[in-house]
Amino acid sequence: MKFGVIVFPGSNCALDSYHLVRDVLHEKVEYIRYDQKHLDGFDVIILPGGFTYGDYLRSGALAARTPVMEAVAGFAAAGGLVLGICNGFQVLAEAGLLPGALCRNDSLQFRCRQVLVRVENSSLPVTKRTAEGRVLKMPVAHGDGSYYAPPELLKELENRGQVIFRYVDAEGKVTAKANPNGSVDNIAGVANRHGNVVGMMPHPERAGEKALGSTDGLALFESMIDFCRGREVPGNA
Amino acid sequence: MPEYDENKQAGIWRKLGLKDYEYEMIVEQLGREPNAVELNMYSVMWSEHCSYKHSRSMLKLFPTDSPRVVQGPGENAGVVDIGDGYAAVFKIESHNHPSAVEPYQGAATGVGGILRDIYTMGAQPIAFLNSLRFAPPDSDRSRYLFEGVVAGIGGYGNCVGIPTVAGEIYFEPCYRGNPLVNAMCIGVMPLERLVLGQACGEGNLVVLAGARTGRDGIHGVTFASEELSDQSEKDRPAVQVGDPFLGKILIDATLEAVEKKLVVGVQDLGGAGLTCALTETASRAGTGLEIDLEKVPLREEGLAPFEILISESQERMLYIVEPERLEALEEIFNHWQLPLTVLGKVTGGREVTVRYEGEVVAEVPAESVAGGAPAYDPESKEPGYIRQLAEFDPLALPPVEDPGQVLLDLLASTDIASKEWVWQQYDYMVRTCTLQGPGGDAAVLRLRETGKALAAAVDGNGRLTYLDPYLGGMLAVAEATRNVSCCGAEPIGITDCLNFGNPEKPEAFWQFRQAVEGMAEACRVLEVPVVGGNVSFYNEVEDEAIYPTPVVGALGLLEEADSNCGTGFCRDGDLICLIGPQRVSLGGSQLLKECYGKVDGKPAGIDLAMEKKVQALLRDLVSGKMVSSIHDLSDGGLAAALAESCLKGSMGARLDLPSAGHLALELFGEGPSRVIISLPEEQLELLSSLAAKAGIRMIELGRVGGDSLEIRCGGSRVLKLGLAEMKKAYGEVFECIMK
Repeated sequence: MKFGVIVFPGSNCALDSYHLVRDVLHEKVEYIRYDQKHLDGFDVIILPGGFTYGDYLRSGALAARTPVMEAVAGFAAAGGLVLGICNGFQVLAEAGLLPGALCRNDSLQFRCRQVLVRVENSSLPVTKRTAEGRVLKMPVAHGDGSYYAPPELLKELENRGQVIFRYVDAEGKVTAKANPNGSVDNIAGVANRHGNVVGMMPHPERAGEKALGSTDGLALFESMIDFCRGREVPGNA
Repeated sequence: MPEYDENKQAGIWRKLGLKDYEYEMIVEQLGREPNAVELNMYSVMWSEHCSYKHSRSMLKLFPTDSPRVVQGPGENAGVVDIGDGYAAVFKIESHNHPSAVEPYQGAATGVGGILRDIYTMGAQPIAFLNSLRFAPPDSDRSRYLFEGVVAGIGGYGNCVGIPTVAGEIYFEPCYRGNPLVNAMCIGVMPLERLVLGQACGEGNLVVLAGARTGRDGIHGVTFASEELSDQSEKDRPAVQVGDPFLGKILIDATLEAVEKKLVVGVQDLGGAGLTCALTETASRAGTGLEIDLEKVPLREEGLAPFEILISESQERMLYIVEPERLEALEEIFNHWQLPLTVLGKVTGGREVTVRYEGEVVAEVPAESVAGGAPAYDPESKEPGYIRQLAEFDPLALPPVEDPGQVLLDLLASTDIASKEWVWQQYDYMVRTCTLQGPGGDAAVLRLRETGKALAAAVDGNGRLTYLDPYLGGMLAVAEATRNVSCCGAEPIGITDCLNFGNPEKPEAFWQFRQAVEGMAEACRVLEVPVVGGNVSFYNEVEDEAIYPTPVVGALGLLEEADSNCGTGFCRDGDLICLIGPQRVSLGGSQLLKECYGKVDGKPAGIDLAMEKKVQALLRDLVSGKMVSSIHDLSDGGLAAALAESCLKGSMGARLDLPSAGHLALELFGEGPSRVIISLPEEQLELLSSLAAKAGIRMIELGRVGGDSLEIRCGGSRVLKLGLAEMKKAYGEVFECIMK
């Protein structure tokens, strides 16, 4: 069982995932260089947050075209688990591995704060340890996190259970105030059709220790560990 | 003295900001007249910004040593030993003038500049702090500056992935044309990794990396060393443009090179650009350099040699490299797709020789350019307003009628109101080490490597320093270190940013001198060394100077990361106690400013020996895990502090103040060395005995609980405010203003 965390030029949350996996979950983890062309030996690939290539052109657009992303596409096609967090989500969307796009926050400002997200599909390798309707507390920190997909695509995503997290209030209700960035239908995270590639704007790796204010993010990592150890069968795979 | 033809060159050096007398010194030190390129090099290095010529003699007053100090002032940043083989590196710097003209880029490059100072020493940057001053946000212009500066700080800090964890912001009309933007950065490294900005070793290579050189920031330091005027807008080209992405990969590449010991010296290119980096590294090492200027990668064609030498293009670094390590260094930079160019080599002489296409265009003694500027001892004179304002007696003002309404007004004042609108634009959690972020007395950052933590705070009160500069200087040091102690950390060093007016004016220099003397005295008594800092003079527009504003960044060390303490009430039924002296004043207070529109009177003085005892007690309380919360009493006095602790913890409180002397003074009077703490009742006895033993006044005020703040004075209720109404007053101010 080994995690890989990709370091693109400008990735700046790689350390946070690396630390969580190694020091909190006590699993193996290695950094992966952006010019690496294969991902042999890894079970989970994390695309961390940051400002890859300064987010110049569009967030994630340039990182999506680095050599390692071809390997990520192959890894995903073979059923490997891929989690894109924040800028990593933007990279996956730009690479076409996830549906939809991330646009400028509706406030037109960077937003860093704790948010609450509701689990919409708990049958995926990344959410198995949670439950549908469960509300998780974790932070967001981004300028371009407003999720968008055209109406027909949205309907498809809903029907196939690809919407996995939504911003909600403390009662678990979808409200405009709970939405930190103007995402359509308060969508905070989505999966690909097979459920093995997931992108989310909130940072579960920043919610893995009590000292940091929340441990709700741990469940996502533990779900992936379970899945890779074969203790659980993936729901949608 | 060699003669020079005044008719030929008179005016040239004046246009470059040099005095006639300084030009004569240059001729003397050089043994001849400088050519135009050399004159440009001298002019930027002998600017106030680079040479500290009006402040150097005063800065000598600061104590700069302690058993923990590894590197004091004089290098890129100060270094203190934090145990376990690790060191903390930190410094604060101003970027006031650029931000007055171009707020976003001015602030962004201020952050980028202080960041380079930290990783230049070999340290991994772990946090930013900042101290900002603006005019009240009542005009489009002041809102534009405020909004732009905040966006610029976030834009750069977020992109490089270093959290912005604490800061302070005040609004006063005196900052209208001249806002203050002071940025602080903290880094951590294994002690043995420390690299200095020295060009050591004859034959070693001088290597330039990072951004290409363009025309931005030409004579930026000269611009920063003059008063601003309505003509300053035309100086926009003197403001540099930042590229945080390049900044981020330069950090990664530099730290990798340092870790692999591929460089013997590192120097960032900031103010005065290549000229500064070349002459300072050579001067510090006592060596010379030979440079081929045409090798510098340019952004555009046609830059003259002098422009290449003084350009302040951002995101550039200079490395001193042993020839056999060049290949390994190139490998790192190739991976990050960063350009790396060998410009020349270190020589055994003492001169910096600059060639351009084979021809020598400048040959100057490094020490003369970097350190030969005169040190002035300017005239100083007490301004007339000082005595006049001190005579005012705030207690003679009509009493406040509705203390509850006054508290709401204070909570809704821009100085006290929640700054969440600001800090939610900063990533304050990246690197997952932030145990306490913005909105507390100090930020607390855990150190993964050692299990300890660092606490940091920035403080300075321009209004009080204006009324009494000596006291203001003491208060800045006392408050910053107290805030760090409130979290349980021991202050181990400070960095200072001294923002003042034109030092050539005796009244402005008097303010500076008094404030520095006050700071130095506080540092001596509190036993905290100054390890670095920055002076920003000429903060004036059309003869109107800012309040003298010394800002202090304090760094504290917590032996156990998990025993830090916050400012919010958090346990129902906890007792609330006030610790510290009784002495408070309404002179220069928030109450006077907000409710009476006055900046007047005598602020409460400080007993530094008592301050030291209070801080020591606070640290004992936190390390002994005796208290639930600690909050420093600052703007708005006791009432505002109580409201803040209620709001932070979303819990009410009920208090009975013993006396009914002067009600406004009791509730809103301000004075140093005072904190409120909340603690479980069973700890009271121990607290009382500790306080009594130390000779510190401690009074029990009331209890945490309920959903309102109720204060009684001498038995009768003087205010009762619900949490919700306080939250509304305190929480939505900037959202409304900045809509």
